[in-house]
Amino acid sequence: MARPRLFAEYFRTNGRFLGITMMLLVGFWIIVLILLPQLSMLDFSFRYNLPPAEQGGPKDVYTLDNYRHLIYGAGGGEGSYNTVDLMVFGRTILAAMAVTVADLILCYPLAYYLGQSRGSGFVRLLVVLLIIPYWINEILRAFAFRIIFADGGIINAAMMGLGLIDQPIDFIRADIALYTGLGYAYILLMLFPMYNAIESLDRNQIEAARDMGASWVHIHRRIVIPHAKPGISSGMTMVFMLSAGALAAPQILGGPSSLWFTQLVYQWFNNSLNWQQGSAYAIVLLMASIAIVLTFMKIFRVNMGDIGK
Amino acid sequence: MTDGVGVELENLWIRFGEFVAVRDASVNINGGDFFSFLGPSGCGKTTILRAVSGFLQPSEGRVLIGGRDMAGIGPNKRPTALIFQNLALFPLMKVWENITFSMEVRGASASERRRRADELLEMIALEGQGNKLPGELSGGQKQRVAIARALCAEPDVLLLDEPLSALDLKLRQHMRTELRAIQQRVGITFIYITHDQGEALTMSDNVAVMRAGVIEQIGTGHAIYDLPATPFVASFVGENNVFRGKVLEVKGDEALIRTNRSGDLLAQITPAARGVLKVGDDAMMFVRPEAFSLVDDAGAHAGKSLTARVVNEEFEGNSYSVFLESEGGKRIKMSLPNVGQERVVSTGDDLILKYELRNAVAMPAGELASE
Repeated sequence: MARPRLFAEYFRTNGRFLGITMMLLVGFWIIVLILLPQLSMLDFSFRYNLPPAEQGGPKDVYTLDNYRHLIYGAGGGEGSYNTVDLMVFGRTILAAMAVTVADLILCYPLAYYLGQSRGSGFVRLLVVLLIIPYWINEILRAFAFRIIFADGGIINAAMMGLGLIDQPIDFIRADIALYTGLGYAYILLMLFPMYNAIESLDRNQIEAARDMGASWVHIHRRIVIPHAKPGISSGMTMVFMLSAGALAAPQILGGPSSLWFTQLVYQWFNNSLNWQQGSAYAIVLLMASIAIVLTFMKIFRVNMGDIGK
Repeated sequence: MTDGVGVELENLWIRFGEFVAVRDASVNINGGDFFSFLGPSGCGKTTILRAVSGFLQPSEGRVLIGGRDMAGIGPNKRPTALIFQNLALFPLMKVWENITFSMEVRGASASERRRRADELLEMIALEGQGNKLPGELSGGQKQRVAIARALCAEPDVLLLDEPLSALDLKLRQHMRTELRAIQQRVGITFIYITHDQGEALTMSDNVAVMRAGVIEQIGTGHAIYDLPATPFVASFVGENNVFRGKVLEVKGDEALIRTNRSGDLLAQITPAARGVLKVGDDAMMFVRPEAFSLVDDAGAHAGKSLTARVVNEEFEGNSYSVFLESEGGKRIKMSLPNVGQERVVSTGDDLILKYELRNAVAMPAGELASE
């Protein structure tokens, strides 16, 4: 019932030519650029890593070995688990969640301030100042963080100069540099959806609530956050997905003893040239991330459609 | 019915940088009154309302509610409730949650809130609609929910910022009656902001007319309509014919004015200008279109009549608007009630218009309301 009407509406507003063109482009993007590569990854992940000569031969059959490897390790034995990789996996997911929550806490006040002081020249300047650092390549930004957090970097130098510490803190080993770098890398993806959502909130609603005696906490809990929920959830989804899948920041800012799960994937593809194993790891990360996002959307009663707002 | 809580503004000034939004406003609003601030947009009436509700601190002067100085008291601590121009209902909350938001803030239990919501829904004739979202209601229903939400907080003073302006004409007229009835039922003070003189005149006990931050006149609707204090009030409230001229003679409360284009005419001096308007002053004199009537002979109405030729007439249903031009070229509008006769006048007729002295008001010349 609803679907044909949706299409009719779509073609009425866009016209036949533009409507079909847009559908083709979006279809091309989704099928050729997203779906097909992912499907071939999925296919890879169920195959053995065979020399080219044997590919397509009698030995090239489907298997769960690559997935088994993540859980039980190289031996494939039942009793011993692949604790190293599983730990890396768990830590990546938890750290990505922590980065997401930290970005949320940092961005909410800023998004509220920007969204409510609508359109003034100063605010526009602030937004531009926030965007400009993102003109710089992600890898360069990560290296800049490495310099800032280094033993002789500006932070250690300042703290030692002030007499707060007498030994430089190893921010890299403590993973502080990594979490800060990840938080910074995707912070705008948290800020802008929230800013857009809050900007569309009618100021009178806040004043009306205040007029009726509501405290600031109450106003945010009952008026601002429910209104901004679509923006908050799309921001959180993007930051979580991207930091769980980040590679540059962990490579550059990660401590020697800490691995990000994507680095394992990278190693399988690049160092071990075992694409099949790498695909399995990548698929597990993707599925886990999607499952986590969907679970949280369910808990906080966010509709898929809200995220597109 | 209780006596209600009054509101006083004492020499209120409100400035935004260089701009003076409200200039030395003093008003005494009686408890239980329906009081309107009437004026064109940008005259400072909304600013006054925001100062009373506490969203704005006056630059100088005081706001007193029930005799208590409100300086430093925030909007959430004042015994006022504000109804916004766009109503500002919370779109994500159900109607009953909207209505009882002030109770939610105070920590009232859900069952208590539901009970109160049902009472208020009954009062605004929306029984059983509490579980809808505001978006599912019609304009008039939203209006009533906003009123119920404001009343739920049991304020001493209800402040209304042009809440009817978004409604269509029929509904607006209906809501006027309804608002007035609600005010009389609850007996609290209503302060109403509007640029619509019809709203101000029909609902209010008293009206303050504002222009450019200044209160030009405070009085009952009748006083403002019949005895405007300034040319602005005379021309802003209702329709008026303005005659410019010089004062020829002052006799008690009456003045004889030599008008520029319509001869010498008599008028009463508006109370505010008595003793001020002197012989030789530039004056303005106002006669409303409905105050004219037709006579056959000017002789018996010396100083209170003029002759003019009909230029055009329009049928308005309950009346005819007749546009005339005097010999001097002065354009005059008169309105004749439709009492069932066909065409009373026709274009080109020379007519003698007369008016009663009580219907003509003279005052020192000043600025008119721009159309």
